[in-house]
Amino acid sequence: MKKIEAIIRKSKFEDVKNALYDTGIEWFSYWDITGLGKSTEEQIVRGQVFQSSYIHRRMISIVVRDLNLDKTLDAILDSAWTGETGDGKIFIYDIQDTVRIRTRESGPEALFNKE
Amino acid sequence: MKRNIFLISVLSLFSIPVLTAQTALPKIAPSINTGDTSWMIVATAFVLLMTIPGLALFYGGLVRRKNVLNVFMQCFIIVAAITIEWIVCGYSLSFGSTKGFMAPFIGGFHWAFLNNISINELSPYFVSHSQIGLDGKAVGTIPHLAFVMYQCMFAIITPALIIGAFAERINFKGFLVFTILWALFIYNPVTHWIWSADGWLNKLGTLDFAGGIVVHVNAGIAAIITAIMLGKRRDYKGHAIPPHNITYVVMGAGLLWVGWFGFNAGSGLAADGLAVNALMVTHVAGAVAAMTWVLLDWFIDKKPTVIGISTGAISGLAAITPAAGFVGVSGAIIIGMIVSVICFCMVAYIKPRLGYDDSLDAFGVHGIGGIIGSILTGVLASPFIQSAYSGAIYGNYKQLLIQFIAVFSTIIYSGTGTFILFKLTEKVIGIRASDKNEAIGLDESQHGESAYNNFD
Repeated sequence: MKKIEAIIRKSKFEDVKNALYDTGIEWFSYWDITGLGKSTEEQIVRGQVFQSSYIHRRMISIVVRDLNLDKTLDAILDSAWTGETGDGKIFIYDIQDTVRIRTRESGPEALFNKE
Repeated sequence: MKRNIFLISVLSLFSIPVLTAQTALPKIAPSINTGDTSWMIVATAFVLLMTIPGLALFYGGLVRRKNVLNVFMQCFIIVAAITIEWIVCGYSLSFGSTKGFMAPFIGGFHWAFLNNISINELSPYFVSHSQIGLDGKAVGTIPHLAFVMYQCMFAIITPALIIGAFAERINFKGFLVFTILWALFIYNPVTHWIWSADGWLNKLGTLDFAGGIVVHVNAGIAAIITAIMLGKRRDYKGHAIPPHNITYVVMGAGLLWVGWFGFNAGSGLAADGLAVNALMVTHVAGAVAAMTWVLLDWFIDKKPTVIGISTGAISGLAAITPAAGFVGVSGAIIIGMIVSVICFCMVAYIKPRLGYDDSLDAFGVHGIGGIIGSILTGVLASPFIQSAYSGAIYGNYKQLLIQFIAVFSTIIYSGTGTFILFKLTEKVIGIRASDKNEAIGLDESQHGESAYNNFD
């Protein structure tokens, strides 16, 4: 089992979500994140224009079976891409085990996606 | 009592011919005008609405989320503390009178604890509606207590405006002591100068319909002095720190605008044509200033911002305050446009150059707005609104000079007074929040509460 954590543009979230549904991912979690980086965003407050280094993105987290890894990655890569700086990153982790609380099933059976 | 009335009426039956022969005009006891009084009660509530929650939301939205409760608390405690100060001696010092050389500068203690004011007594202060009392003196048409409470709300909002200058970095205890001292020693005398019957600026002929000088210039100058003396916020990098909740700012600006109808249209102390004129010019100036600011935003910074339109409206409303009872619709349009452009330049270009940290632009918007409005009142005051008053464009240049004198002396007095009171508070109890407390946020460090929690 693998965990995929992807930082994506907020504006691309709907596209990524639909691509993941199409790939067969039924459930994943996400949260808003703020990062600091070299690139800046322009901000205007009361006529003062200044550069703010805060960057707002969304993080999504999915755990998949090994055999589903590639197609999930492809779905994210295709749907989150714009070609401009700041499209985001994907991190992949090994998952030791998964346990479903209700039935105490463990291993890949316990994932949301049955296949 | 009844028997007395009966006796008098029986007696008067016989004496009527004699009476009419002796006095052509029988004296009529002055009476409370219920229309004026109802409006003043509503207007009083409107002006309270300006401080809580209007100003609290306006300022609270502009600070960071770790300081929003502190700003709300400052506004709220000002309502409580200044009300007490006002009934103890504030009203008497502002609007009372005293004998001797101090009379033009400060009132006495005759009305301390609202002593010597009975509930059916008529207000000694009036603008357009007056009547002759039994003792031959002119009085207003509303109860004296209505005037006391209406003015109480002005005494409350003035120190509350200063919060914008020192927000996010002041120690709460120092803030409270400074604010009470400021209300006692700066607000009361300046109000006495301009609005009391004995005040030297009033006698000079200063025009300040609803508090452009008393409220906005006074608080604005105190704001810049405290902002400079307190120093910059630790995170201040020469530009505004982004507001945490702009929806609050909009709600606050909206409530301030609504409240301003009570503030300006109530200042005629009557429900009449002058009050309606004040309401109309207030609304027009606010709208013109909001529109001007947003167009500047759009052309110069490429986007029409929400903070921009809110700030613009407030600058126009502040500037029309002294002029509300003296100018007509054309004056309101001119004042709204001029003040919006100047305040925009002030906060967008001049403030960053000068480098002081007026957190929420209490000086840049209220102070500058008040100064511009008070001086323009001397230019644009129209005899078609109140025939006794006219400004420079109607040939009365003296009025402009008087406005300059009034604004200048308020700036000097408020500036030096604020400096002294600030130093005093700083020495005795300390006024700047510690670096650590400022970093944690004043909500947590001063009040032990936080505004936004994730508890279910």
